[in-house]
Amino acid sequence: MAASCWPASGFYREKKRNCSARTAIFDGGMMKNKEGEVANRPDNTAFTQQRLPAWQPMLSAGIVIPGFLVIGLVFIGIGVALFLGSQSIQVLESDYTGLNSNTPCYECSDASKKNCTCSIEFTLTKQFDGPVFLYYGLSNFFQNHRKYGVSRDYYQLSGDTAYFKNPSDSCSPYIYDSGVPIVPCGAAANSMFNDSFRLYQLVGGTKKPVPLDGKGISWWTDYNIVFRNPPLVNGSLAAAFNGTAKPVNWAKPAYELDTSDPSNNGFMNEDFLVWMRRAALPDFRKLYRRITQGDYAAGLPVGNYSLEISYNYPVIGFGGRKKIVLSNVSWMGGKNMFLGVAYLVIGSLCIVMSLVMLIVYAKYKFPEGDS
Amino acid sequence: LLQIRMRTLDWNRTVYIGHKEPPPGAEAYIPQRFPDNRIVSSKYTFWNFVPKNLFEQFRRIANFYFLIIFLVQLIIDTPTSPITSGLPLFFVITVTAIKQGYEDWLRHKADNSINQCPVHIIQHGKVVRKQSRKLRVGDVVRVKEDETFPCDLILLSSSRDDGTCFVTTASLDGESSHKTYYAVQDTKAFNTEEEVDTLHATIECEQPQPDLYKFVGRINIYLDRDEPIARPLGSENLLLRGATLKNTECIYAVAIYTGMETKMALNYQSKSQKRSAVEKSMNAYLIVYLCILISKALINTVLKYVWQADPNRDEPWYNEKTETERQRHILIRAFTDFLAFMVLFNYIIPVSMYVTVEMQKFLGSYFITWDDEMFDEELGEGALVNTSDLNEELGQVEYVFTDKTGTLTENNMEFIECCVDGHVYVPHAICNGQIMPGAASMDMIDSSPGPGGRELFFRALCLCHTVQVKEEETVDGIKRGIHQGKATSVYISSSPDEVALVEGMKRLGFTYLRLKDSHMEIQNRDDEIERFELLEVLNFDSVRRRMSVIVKSSTGEYYLFCKGADSAVFPRVISGKVEQVRARVEHNAVEGLRTLCVAYKKLSPAEYEEVCHQLSSAKLALQDREKKLAEAYDSIERDFILLGATAVEDRLQDKAADTIESLHKAGMKVWVLTGDKMETAAATCYASKLFRRNTQILELTTKRTEEQNLHDVLFDLSRTVLRQHGSMTRETLSGLSNEYHDYGLIIDGATLSAVLKPSQEGSGGNYKEIFLEICRNCSAVLCCRMAPLQKAQIVKLIKASKEHPITLAIGDGANDVSMILEAHVGIGIMGKEGRQAARNSDYAIPKFKHLKKMLLVHGHYYYIRISELVQYFFYKNVCFIFPQFLYQFFCGFSQQPLYDTAYLTLYNISFTSLPILLYSLMEQHINMDILKRDPSLYRDIAKNSLLRWPIFIYWTFLGVFDAVVFFFGAFFLFDNTTFTSNGQMFGNWTFGTLVFTVLVFTVTLKLALDTHYWTWINHFVIWGSLLFYIIFSLLWGGIIWPFLNYQRMYYVFMQMLSSGPAWLSIILLVVVSLLPDVVKKVLCRALWPTTTERIQVSPPWPLPQAFSWA
Repeated sequence: MAASCWPASGFYREKKRNCSARTAIFDGGMMKNKEGEVANRPDNTAFTQQRLPAWQPMLSAGIVIPGFLVIGLVFIGIGVALFLGSQSIQVLESDYTGLNSNTPCYECSDASKKNCTCSIEFTLTKQFDGPVFLYYGLSNFFQNHRKYGVSRDYYQLSGDTAYFKNPSDSCSPYIYDSGVPIVPCGAAANSMFNDSFRLYQLVGGTKKPVPLDGKGISWWTDYNIVFRNPPLVNGSLAAAFNGTAKPVNWAKPAYELDTSDPSNNGFMNEDFLVWMRRAALPDFRKLYRRITQGDYAAGLPVGNYSLEISYNYPVIGFGGRKKIVLSNVSWMGGKNMFLGVAYLVIGSLCIVMSLVMLIVYAKYKFPEGDS
Repeated sequence: LLQIRMRTLDWNRTVYIGHKEPPPGAEAYIPQRFPDNRIVSSKYTFWNFVPKNLFEQFRRIANFYFLIIFLVQLIIDTPTSPITSGLPLFFVITVTAIKQGYEDWLRHKADNSINQCPVHIIQHGKVVRKQSRKLRVGDVVRVKEDETFPCDLILLSSSRDDGTCFVTTASLDGESSHKTYYAVQDTKAFNTEEEVDTLHATIECEQPQPDLYKFVGRINIYLDRDEPIARPLGSENLLLRGATLKNTECIYAVAIYTGMETKMALNYQSKSQKRSAVEKSMNAYLIVYLCILISKALINTVLKYVWQADPNRDEPWYNEKTETERQRHILIRAFTDFLAFMVLFNYIIPVSMYVTVEMQKFLGSYFITWDDEMFDEELGEGALVNTSDLNEELGQVEYVFTDKTGTLTENNMEFIECCVDGHVYVPHAICNGQIMPGAASMDMIDSSPGPGGRELFFRALCLCHTVQVKEEETVDGIKRGIHQGKATSVYISSSPDEVALVEGMKRLGFTYLRLKDSHMEIQNRDDEIERFELLEVLNFDSVRRRMSVIVKSSTGEYYLFCKGADSAVFPRVISGKVEQVRARVEHNAVEGLRTLCVAYKKLSPAEYEEVCHQLSSAKLALQDREKKLAEAYDSIERDFILLGATAVEDRLQDKAADTIESLHKAGMKVWVLTGDKMETAAATCYASKLFRRNTQILELTTKRTEEQNLHDVLFDLSRTVLRQHGSMTRETLSGLSNEYHDYGLIIDGATLSAVLKPSQEGSGGNYKEIFLEICRNCSAVLCCRMAPLQKAQIVKLIKASKEHPITLAIGDGANDVSMILEAHVGIGIMGKEGRQAARNSDYAIPKFKHLKKMLLVHGHYYYIRISELVQYFFYKNVCFIFPQFLYQFFCGFSQQPLYDTAYLTLYNISFTSLPILLYSLMEQHINMDILKRDPSLYRDIAKNSLLRWPIFIYWTFLGVFDAVVFFFGAFFLFDNTTFTSNGQMFGNWTFGTLVFTVLVFTVTLKLALDTHYWTWINHFVIWGSLLFYIIFSLLWGGIIWPFLNYQRMYYVFMQMLSSGPAWLSIILLVVVSLLPDVVKKVLCRALWPTTTERIQVSPPWPLPQAFSWA
């Protein structure tokens, strides 16, 4: 009884160790019991004896040299495929900022001009295979700036009207327009790209419009799940926006972004969604339209074209550039030589390295157990 | 006697036995307050747990750093949410707090059960039961057999007639042998509660101090109105809390130290923390990373303001500032930006590294305790880990300091022979290789000597000892059966030599029977019983190196018998056949036997009175008692007549030579530090292969310094050594290094202290240097005649030498404790001389041979594991943070995080934490049998070789390279193009997720490449954590999380996976990141292979169950 009162070894030794809880447990086991027989022989298992069966690979020449060779060949194969795939993609790119006086949009680049339009003429000497995508590109535009990025209110954008009255502070300084809350608030929405484009094929002196398809240019999840319009009030989207102001830079409020198509209006406007997905880098492209309809579903045939631009978006102030890009895609997306070239380079490097290693091994005769 | 009473209360205390005041006038009654007997081992109470624990935790620099980061995040407008650093910190703090809280709860429980344990107190002649915590100083306590003492007690009386009691202190110092304690002479007669209650006395004693073996005090007994009787009290009267009463029915004792003032509680403080070399490197790296962090933040802050000098960049129309931001002073803005960058990059210092390292050490140490090969059948114990902080230090040892007796040798003594007046006697005991204990004859080598000296010699050995006789065999520890017909008895002593001697005497016909009523009984060869009254015992101590007894024969003659080391006895001898005995002693010492000399002197009654007076006054002294006793002993133990010498053999431990040889091959220098004499020690050294036949022995001993002065000897030796050293390097260059001879140095204690003595003329410092220089060139050093403190001094000297080598001290006895505590790693052997060494050590092993596996296998593994752990941790955090740094150049230095919050938070605590932890527990780059067979592999990791700066820089650059690959790979991939077939564009979060995916895969696969030992657990954890990352990402992006105010990661991961080029670029970038490391490894292996790598290539035999890439 007295002995049980005094877990003596526990008390005293505990302090001598750093991890006392464990000593208390383990010392108890370590003590010999009265008969002097061994109470605590450690478990003799493969795990406790650190003798678990194991695979013991070595980075030896026997495996590395053939490995490199194989990787090299595979990479070169992929590289060639990517390179050729990328080569086959057609891209037509045009800067329409209008900095030089001989460029078509020079006149429009003056910020004081309102509702300016300009047009770029171009000739296709080769069929432009469809589907053709129309992108606009901005450079030196920091959509990835931290302040810019957080300057939006997700609750507003998910149609929560509670936040129409009190937008998130992160939107500042684009929260209130003379006291009225801005919806959608924030720098990101406020700076929405507002140039618009129309493409015509010039057929015998007449302009034949090329139908541009604005459906499905934004992420499916953005359009269907993340962004929601506020519930209609009396069947009217505009009424739902009552008591709010449009973003200061916008020409018209959100509920008038596309009056022709109610499913493309308000926060569900695909141009808006495309804009709201922040670009990763300061030079970026965003998808504007697809050419998938009518005579042009298979691509743009040979001929002359005119691209009419309604020029609204000022970029010269911050040293930016605007461009318009026509491109088609392959299975691996748009034109990007990088991936193919990188694969080719790394693949050849692997082969070179395997040769170097072979020479080194041959020369230094490192005792190889397996070669 | 009362003149020496000290009145100052601050260094002694007065205890009133039974709370009875002394008679008036005897002394002023000054009430003293003593604590109650409550033991508080818990650190926290219910109320102060949270604040106190938090305070303790935040005192750690790393936790504090993360707290600061967290606070900064709360205060300023930061790029990442405070959750990213708050959650990991919270996790770490909570886990630690739960662990500590649980431990403390256990302590509370243990405390309570101890504090409420019943004790029996004598009050007014009656036994009263009380809770232990209510016990007070001055209470008289009754303790029964097998009960544990509730506090520190002075033994008043015992149920044994002679007033002694037996105690085992197994729970205090692990010594399970029974120790004898003595009751106060004048009270030992009290046998009942009533009698005890009549006692009227006070005890004066020193204030509590932690030394278990030291105590001075005095009891004043007031018999009547006269002057009180004063008796000295020493540690032999003091029963310690925690010890258990044995073989004694019941005792009465008075409490003098209670509660937290008991010696046990005072020993409660943990010893100073040792830090391993790896930990030091880790801290150095941490500082480097802190500098990197600060410079990154500074660079970005400066660049930000340079870049923003153009107002269109600072504030383009699409991203205007608020009015308050514009108003803010530029310095404040710059400072907040700096802080924000710090926050953004703070993950470079891994919060989880500390946790992982601690877990690795804690869990890893179990492999040592579990090791079956280090389990000793005889002891029934395996290795013990007292601190897991030093696991990896076991792989770094350069100097091994070992004790001889009990460490290299068995400490299992066998009496071999004795030499009386130059005649040698061996017990005729060895017959057909079997010891025949009953044989009572002896083999006389010489012609019969005069009986007087011989008889006296045998009696001397029978009387001059502190051996106890135990009737039954219930005790552990040292026991020898006495098969003397009737009852089986065993001799018990703390010194195995004494047991061997007394047993040897028995075989020669003189049997020590018992100590009864202060009379020692001896059965002589004629079966007569001789009785000697034991008057005084001058106990053995390691400074004097001898012990004496004073006895009175039945004829009334007083004898003083002394036995001790030859050097301690010969100078005190005035007559006897000194030369013959000395020759025999030296002969035996060379044979490796332990020798003791025996001498005596006769005392006249007057001389005895004088001796008695000297001793008692010294014993009564409250101050400097030790010193006074030593002086008294010194004056008493002189003018001896030499009787003879004994020789006892101490066999080498199993595989001691093999172990030493392995340690040598592993590049360690082995020093033997022993208290033994030179010849004996040298013989052991030869036997244990510390010195070989071709070892050239250099002597630095008193004998030599007597001939030449120390200065010249030192210079001579250093010249010899250095000349050899010079020629050796030439030989090594010309490839003829095969037959260089190694040196062994022998130095003795006296010379050592002369060498280490601070100089008189400023040349002493030089001596130290020269001595170290000599030692450095000797493969083995033997230091003999060492006092315990000198052992520690040597360790300290080597530790402080300019290379700062890692030292290991191993020993089994109390005299090794100082060096065990001093060395970087202290290893205790669970030996026969109690468990003091094991208790104070960092690791305890049953036998010396286990040191081999401990160092060569466990040490090696732990070092490899932890160094990879440390390097890898820094590497993976560079990979993690550097892309974020690069991203700042492309987002206008706006502190935009590259990765999502969840990724930032979980990268270190879940995506990449388990594989490295498992690696650091399981990795075996070489099979353990090879490690044991080929000790030279240990040299591969010597001098912290895996944590040197070049390797650290390599890892860091590898991290930077990988980060650059990740970032620019993704950058060029995203360069103005789409990589889906529907033409949609990806945003910044996809960019970050791509980088992050490549990062997680690269970092995990890098570890997979480094893993040489793939058990199913490794497979499970490595592939499992990659799978976990994927599942987590799918989940994280697959649900609209209601608690988040943004949904930026929604479907990002899935979208990325739906794109072919993303897959291709992930594969490409992972391969590119890993490529240089693989190439480097393969080329290094071919061009500059280490021994380890040579061995790895060719497994010497087909390993069972192991696959190899043939």
